[in-house]
Parts: sequence; structure tokens; C-alpha cells
Amino acid sequence: MKPAHEATAPQGWGSGWSSLDVARIREDFPILKQRIHGKPLVYLDNAATSQKPQVVIDAVTRYYATENSNIHRGIHFLSERATADYEEGRAKARRFLNASDVREIVFVRGATEGINLVAQSYGRRFLKAGDEVLISAMEHHSNIVPWQMLCEQTGARLRVIPMNHDGELLLDAYEQLLNERTKFVSVAHVSNALGTVNPVNRLVEMAHRRDIPVLLDGAQAAPHMKIDVRELGCDFYVFSGHKLFGPTGIGILYGKEKYLEAMPPYQGGGDMISLVTFEKTHYNVLPYKFEAGTPHIAGGIGLGAAVDYLSGVGLEAVAAYERELLAYATQALSGIKGLRIIGTAKEKASVLSFVLEGIHPHDIGTVLDQEGVAIRAGHHCAMPVMQRFGVPATARASFAFYNTKEEVDILVRAVYKVLKVFG
Amino acid sequence: MSELSELYQEVILDHNKSPRNFHKLKGANRKAEGYNPLCGDKVTVYVKLNGDVIQEISFEGSGCAISKASASMMTDSLKGKTTAEAEALFDRVHKMLTGELDPKVYSDKLGKLTVLSGVCNFPARVKCASLSWHTLHTALKGEGGVASTE
Repeated sequence: MKPAHEATAPQGWGSGWSSLDVARIREDFPILKQRIHGKPLVYLDNAATSQKPQVVIDAVTRYYATENSNIHRGIHFLSERATADYEEGRAKARRFLNASDVREIVFVRGATEGINLVAQSYGRRFLKAGDEVLISAMEHHSNIVPWQMLCEQTGARLRVIPMNHDGELLLDAYEQLLNERTKFVSVAHVSNALGTVNPVNRLVEMAHRRDIPVLLDGAQAAPHMKIDVRELGCDFYVFSGHKLFGPTGIGILYGKEKYLEAMPPYQGGGDMISLVTFEKTHYNVLPYKFEAGTPHIAGGIGLGAAVDYLSGVGLEAVAAYERELLAYATQALSGIKGLRIIGTAKEKASVLSFVLEGIHPHDIGTVLDQEGVAIRAGHHCAMPVMQRFGVPATARASFAFYNTKEEVDILVRAVYKVLKVFG
Repeated sequence: MSELSELYQEVILDHNKSPRNFHKLKGANRKAEGYNPLCGDKVTVYVKLNGDVIQEISFEGSGCAISKASASMMTDSLKGKTTAEAEALFDRVHKMLTGELDPKVYSDKLGKLTVLSGVCNFPARVKCASLSWHTLHTALKGEGGVASTE
């Protein structure tokens, strides 16, 4: 069977929309055929985790069924094949991010581990009391807590770039926050709670004027738009495989070679060494210096399959299609009385957070689930964002390229059902 | 009745809209805060104990319909009860919420709290319904701590 992205003319529904053959694409995702509580599954929780195409499931299965063995050490056929496939996953991730060298591509468990690695390795080596780390007001807890831990350990200070009521960062305030004490900037490329696409090129450029390294948390960006780390100019970029149609427990840390070389290892163990005696250990070269222990081999192979799949569909087409879907959903939900959208930035991707007057998001989530509609209800691991907007939680619909206009219509009908139950 | 209408029964929706004993309590000698880190629900339970009798009880906070209604009904059903009776009721309510206890068999002991029995079909919501009870438990222990559903 030809993969969906090779199909040519767009068919059927959504005429006038971007030329993505969504009906065909949906065939690639076995889980989407399910019924939930007797209704077709409408999966709108993609910012939490995305579904997996058959090619990813097959890649993981093939590894376990035909080549399971440890990598980088076996002098036997299976180990050589597994090593080659795992390293091919790394090479695919390099191409996906347009990094210049695979030495800059570190396999981690996910974006969270990537940020922790940089905070603990770079941060503990190069930051001291009185230095400042700059994050933004819209960060996920995974881009707050590792820096708080670092600050506690080093005596550095965490400072926060504020945002306006639409959920856009205030660049003037950012400019003023940058000073000679600022030693690191770490911001989300796309906000998981608000959907804001941050002006990361400008953020990087402004920090670089003072030679401050910048990490971009791409967990919510990489599945939805073309990422080119060299064009972005960032010093570190992280994303999670499972939000990018790949397996859980695997992700990528991109780091510029000059920084990774200067950083000490994050964890010690096998694979990250070149020579060990009881007196001294010599560390392995990049990127292996940061990969202690047997890694998630199946995950690396599965992630390779996922980036191939996504690149095959085409990220420009994905971004264009999702922009239309988000605009359609925003308009449809805006028409509901008592509904308030949280996060109204001009530049948004994939995420639609909302609250209903007098109805708790948890109750919205339960009623929607009964209609087969899966959304997230809660604080989205971004409690400071909830505080900023004065809500305890929001309901969040988040889209992927396999979602359809018809599914948005089902979401809207289900929200009306919520209003009926609690009317 | 569908699972959904069993969960959101009229009584629950009514308690959600107009919660009873929803205020600070003057002269309270026991107080605890409860928190569900998963969804951000917060509740404060106030108790005025006279000996071991709950003379007055009230609550404040923000949460979903289930957590609010459960707290409201809890305060309604505990006025005048001893702390031992309250703890025994907590035990039965918790078992009902997790489906370990048939509410029909114990309806005389659970009273109108049986309307919360629909929660057992929604495992994700058990913590919402039990938050206020966990908080009460902490308040009665008198250590002024913070109760968590975790």
C-alpha cells in the first residue's frame, strides 16, 4: 500500500482547504478507527501525546521481533543491525532538525530530560551565585522546575519574562531583563497551555547580542512546523518523540557542539566512557558522553520512523492545514455563549484552551468523553499560566494533522451538551 | 439512566449550583486545606468541635461539580455527628466511590450520599468526590495540615 502522503489529489471533504489527504492519512493510524462509549473516537488531546502511525508501530515491533540485541558492543550480526538502525534514527533526527552533525543529536527520554540534562550539566558547570536564568511566564513545569533546582544548587536567580493578556511575551520587558548577570535563557517555542508561537528568532537574537546561550523547548512545536535549528540559531533544542507520533520514553536534545563539548556528562555508566580504571575515567565522544546505559533502542528506531513519516506528509502542508483547522475551531467555539478562549495570541499553533462560565473543566472533560471526544482538562502542567489568567484550570482541545473539520463540529455539539447538562 | 445522568444527578447539580455551608466558619477550632494536584481543585474545611461532636462544619474552595457537591453534602450530613461517626461514614463513602460497597445495601447508613455512587463508573473522578472527605479527616486529626488526594 502506498503511504498516505504519496496520494495526490485531495478528495472529498474540506474542498478549498490545504491539500492534505486527511481521509487517507487517517488510515495510517489504527487507533483512530476505535469507538469510545459507542461513538467514533475524536482525539483532540494531541498536546498531551499524539497517536502512532502503523509504520512506527511496525518499526518498533520489527526491532523486537527480528533484531533485538544490545548496541555499540556486540560482535554479532543482530547487534550490528540494531546499532545501525538505532544510529539511523539519530541520523534521521539530525536531518529533521537540520543540525549540522549527528554529534549534536543526543537521545534522551523526552523534552523534560533534555532540559534537566542542560540545567544540570551546563548549569552546574557554568552558573554561580548571583547569575540569572531567564524563562517565560508561559512555561510548562518541565521548563521551570529544573531551573529552580539549579538555582537552589548554585545560588543563581530565576527571572521570568512576562506576557500580555493574549498570551504573548512582552519583548520590551525581555530586553530589560537581559543583563550582564543573565547566563541562560530557556523558553518554549510553542506554549502547551495557550498555543502561542513565540518569536523565537528574535528571542535568540536578542540573547546572542550578549552572548547568552538559549534553549528552546520544542515539545509543542516540532510536531506542527518545520524546525531548522541552524535557521533558529538556538544553542539547544529539545522535543519528545511521543508528541511527534513516535514512541514514549524517547526524545532529542540538540546542542551546539561547542557547548556539548564543554559540558560534563549528565549521568555515569556504560556506553558514555572510552576507558575506565579505578583512578580515572575517560569519557566517550559526542553524543555518547551523554548517553549512559543501554538506551531505549526500540524508541530511537521508532522515532526515526516517525520523523520519516512526518517529513513524508510534509511539515509545510501540516502547518498550513492545522492553521486552517485551528481557525475554524476558534471561530466555531467563539460562537458559544459563556465560552472564553484562554490564549488569543496572533501567532498560535494547534492548541485551543477554553473555559465555560460556571462550569469546571473537569466536568466539561467528562461530558465530552461520553461523546467520544478526548480533550485535556486541568492545569496542563502550567500552574503559573492558570494563575496569570485567573482560572484554576482550562479545557484544552489540541489538534494534529489527522483531525478534521467534522471532528471540530462534533466537539462543538458536545460542548453544547455540556451546557445542557449544567444549564 | 445513562452513566452520565447517573453521575450528574439533579441533587448533585443543585448542590453544585447552591452549595450548602459554603463559607468561612467563625469560631472554628479545626481547619484543614485539601488539594488535588492533578486538577488544581482546592478546598478548605472548617469544623467547630464541641468535645467530640461536630457542632458546626463548613467549607470553601473551587472545584468541579462533583467535588463541590460532595463537600456540600458532606457538611450537610455531618452536623451533630461525633468524630468517630464521621470517620466511619468517610470509610463507607470511600468504599462506595470506589465501587467496593453496594450503596443499596447501606442506603440507611449513607442517606442521600448515595447519589454520589455514580462516581464509581468514572475512576478519574473518584478523587474529586473524596477530596473534601480527606480534608475533613486531616482537620479532625487537628494537625492543621494540607490534605492531598495523592
